[in-house]
Amino acid sequence: MSKLKIGNNIRRLRFEHSEMTQQELADRVSVTRQTIIAIEKGDYAPSLELAFRIAQSFNVRLEEVFFIIHNPE
Amino acid sequence: MSYQERQSLVSLISSILINTLYAAYMAGRYPQADPYSPEVFHFWGSFFLILIPVTIVAKIVSYILFSILNAIATREAEPPITDERDRLIELKSTRSSLYIFSLGFVVAMAALVFSLPPAAMFIILLCSGLVAEMFSDISQFFFYRRGV
Repeated sequence: MSKLKIGNNIRRLRFEHSEMTQQELADRVSVTRQTIIAIEKGDYAPSLELAFRIAQSFNVRLEEVFFIIHNPE
Repeated sequence: MSYQERQSLVSLISSILINTLYAAYMAGRYPQADPYSPEVFHFWGSFFLILIPVTIVAKIVSYILFSILNAIATREAEPPITDERDRLIELKSTRSSLYIFSLGFVVAMAALVFSLPPAAMFIILLCSGLVAEMFSDISQFFFYRRGV
């Protein structure tokens, strides 16, 4: 089974929430800024708990933050 | 380059320096005796027992120096927390280094099976320990840079 590619809307959501900085989001969900950068770039798929915490910090549902990138085959 | 990437590189360089300098210092104290004599085993026993506290102290000193110099050069503070990504990267790099050391242990035992002198076995163990440590630092750098 091939690995799922997970995309996210964190950058857009940050800007829609009073241009929240990466550090502010990191502090809200108790991770380092580097982890937020890695998630935004798609270099790191967060745990389910962290994914929910990020969604909670934006007051949106999980599917509005993270989505599966389908390969056009 | 992030704080963790720089820290991995500093750890890699300090591991190489500590082990090389310590081995060079101890090489001058190697007993000129029969390879199977008790003095040789005494030497290797003390070699590894002294290496442990020397490594711990030198690593702490290098870590403190790195924190100070990094703060001066970049004005970036040390990340206050260790999060799930840090723990995952540490687990993955530790697993890789354990595989390398296990392989080194097998090769060291094979050296005894093939009747090589005990010094060969100890040198292989020492080298595999260093290579495992280096591999751990390199894989940490790689995971922080390229993603987990």
